[in-house]
Amino acid sequence: METFAQIIAGVLILGGGLFSLVAAIGVVRLPDVLVRMHASTKAGTLGAGMILLAVAVFYRQGDISARAGAGIAFLLLTAPVAAHMIARASYFAGVPLWEKTGRDALRDHYERGAAAQGDDEDAPHPDVPVDPATDAPGAPDGKA
Amino acid sequence: MTPQMLPFLALCVDIALVLILLSFAVAFVRIALGPTLPDRVVAFDMLALLAVGFIGLLTLRSGHPVFLDAAIALALVAFVGTVAYARYIERCGVRQEGG
Repeated sequence: METFAQIIAGVLILGGGLFSLVAAIGVVRLPDVLVRMHASTKAGTLGAGMILLAVAVFYRQGDISARAGAGIAFLLLTAPVAAHMIARASYFAGVPLWEKTGRDALRDHYERGAAAQGDDEDAPHPDVPVDPATDAPGAPDGKA
Repeated sequence: MTPQMLPFLALCVDIALVLILLSFAVAFVRIALGPTLPDRVVAFDMLALLAVGFIGLLTLRSGHPVFLDAAIALALVAFVGTVAYARYIERCGVRQEGG
């Protein structure tokens, strides 16, 4: 029983570490704020949650497992709310979307703020062709 | 009483610690070069999640389950911080980038 629980905990820990790494790589590699948020929220929550679940499986005592479960529940409750708030704020603040964004359903309904870069205000609109070189992450105008 | 940790689990904990350290480094790259403030806030949120996982691993490795309270508190504080940043961006825009 003990060995079995520890093997399960070890697999959960390895999975959690891998998902955390995938989430971090996604935050760096993906093209735009909303897509990056997708990586950090889902994969990151899964990684941390799997590790906390492994702690609960390893100890198997009421108080410790309850604390680990509370941590998981708290992560699952707060991560979507936080991601929604940043997504909403960044969309309305006018952060440019990826140039390959297929469809922006909110575009006709809201007035977005000026783009952060200032000089490419057409960038948020997907049907205006954008030179991909100007919108690459880490573009020269990205640094202050 | 803490259960005795088998070598397999100890190895898994060590491997996951290395993976999470790598993730910290990778997420800091996005904080350094993320073009706008929301990019950096997303990376900051990611760092908080990584820290929660790291504290979970530390709980296993050190055998002191009291560290779990720190993980819960860190998740709470990171949520409040992210919400505060979101309110700030919504109110003031992203023109103050890099500052």
